[in-house]
Amino acid sequence: MKGTLGPVLTVILAILAIWYVACVPMNVREVLSAAERDGAVVTPTDPVERRDAGAVGLVLNNTAHLGASWSLDRAKLPAPHQIAVELWNTTVVEEMTGRRGIVNSGSLSNRGLVYHAGITLWATVLGFVIGTGLGILLAVGIVHSRTMEMSVMPWAIVSQTIPIVALAPMIIVVLYSVGLQGMLPKAVISAYLSFFPVVVGMVKGLRSPDQSQLDLMHTYNASKSAVLVKLRLPASVPYLFASLKIGIAASLVGAIVGELPVQQGGLGARMLAGSYYGQTSQIWAALIAAAALAALLVWSIGALERRTLRRMGVV
Amino acid sequence: MTDAVISAQHLDLTFQTGDGPVHALRDVNLTIDKGDFVSFIGPSGCGKTTFLRCIAGLETPTGGDLTVNGMTPDEARKARAYGYVFQAAGLYPWRTIGGNIRLPLEIMGFSKADQAERVKRVLELVDLAGFEKKYPWQLSGGMQQRASIARALAFDADILLMDEPFGALDEIVRDHLNEELLKLWARTEKTIGFVTHSIPEAVYLSTKIVVMSPRPGRITDVIDSPLPRERPLDIRDTPEFIAIAHRVREGLRAGHQED
Repeated sequence: MKGTLGPVLTVILAILAIWYVACVPMNVREVLSAAERDGAVVTPTDPVERRDAGAVGLVLNNTAHLGASWSLDRAKLPAPHQIAVELWNTTVVEEMTGRRGIVNSGSLSNRGLVYHAGITLWATVLGFVIGTGLGILLAVGIVHSRTMEMSVMPWAIVSQTIPIVALAPMIIVVLYSVGLQGMLPKAVISAYLSFFPVVVGMVKGLRSPDQSQLDLMHTYNASKSAVLVKLRLPASVPYLFASLKIGIAASLVGAIVGELPVQQGGLGARMLAGSYYGQTSQIWAALIAAAALAALLVWSIGALERRTLRRMGVV
Repeated sequence: MTDAVISAQHLDLTFQTGDGPVHALRDVNLTIDKGDFVSFIGPSGCGKTTFLRCIAGLETPTGGDLTVNGMTPDEARKARAYGYVFQAAGLYPWRTIGGNIRLPLEIMGFSKADQAERVKRVLELVDLAGFEKKYPWQLSGGMQQRASIARALAFDADILLMDEPFGALDEIVRDHLNEELLKLWARTEKTIGFVTHSIPEAVYLSTKIVVMSPRPGRITDVIDSPLPRERPLDIRDTPEFIAIAHRVREGLRAGHQED
């Protein structure tokens, strides 16, 4: 652990440094407009000329007036500490002191990130469970039936080539027309993204026993279901977990994409609302919450994997 | 003839490959009696493993007759007439030694109590008592192979088919396991078919040695061993042993010269 801390910190510091530097040219136009309003003389003075000038040139010509680059209210690129403040305000402060916070109302505030992260989490988990179940079933079918492999696999591959942002609104509209709304449409999109890695991994895993292991089962005159339960499924467990880690991250993406057009809460809704109102730090805060959620989910799968493999005796 | 457990007449097996037909077995005639210990020896490609797999119903001959316990090999397989030991122990890493031995018993539907009793008995038979709860990776290669033999013995088939079971082990372990296998054979009175490419191993273990040669795979000599059933390891230094080994070597060489 001690040996890895240095490199990890170095990478984080490098990212933060690049970020802070990038804030200057990204926000230079707004910074200069604000400085001009406060009476400073910026070059060029003409706003139209400024609009057409390059960002780097503006920075170099106005080095004296860049102090506000990291404190703009609606920055194009908010500085990391601004996002940190936004995160703090929309989680701890909102819940502790807000009128709708958990302290004053007894339930999570719908203006806080925790509430929205929770919505996304449940849609993700539900979609992941559906996707994983479907993926395992498809893989079992594909391994046992050549016809199924020929007929299903191409569609599974095609399904993953369609951009999900294009498909998500259609899924939502279709499901709405048959009376399904709320969490389920999001879960369906999330299942749509997560079943594929599970299918691919499980097909490989179910086929991982070598010929002599299958021959051994044959000498016992074992039925196909016995071979599946006693050999193929246990042998596929390590492959399954590798797929689940990809699948759960894909599920999260699916849930967020599913929240974009609906605007009924969730991190996706939060991101879109932020972009409507120019609240970039709200978008970034939601992005970071999503990343944290993804890390937590993948880590949980990893922990489950370690426990399962240890219990199976294969470490 | 009444004692014949395995009987092959004019057995042929031809594989169709991209390079044309491969004659894995041609005109194989052999009778194995109850309680025999039969070794199949020959260079790779001579069909010794293929013949064993035919007996097990894992390959289907393209001509001739083959009966196991008076049935076709496939019927015998379904009647669970034999236990098969592969070259690799092939224990499931996610099952304990006991769990691995229980595998065929679970598939064949033995009762829980019966399973436990059988696991205990065969573990003692292969000298692995006390290892029931260990995982395969905790055992040496020789112990793993003994566990796989126990697995093949657990459901009390009369025939034990072994495909180079000790091929991957070093000579010292191999000697020890050969001795153990003879004791086990004497105690259980099983009929054993044993594939090997070691002349001393074949001569030491067998009551009948089948010498085979490749292209096409066929039997070149069948030697009925005059050695007594009781065989200490140092029997390998006796003139009788050396004479049989010599005859096996001659048979192998003759097979090669016909190429």
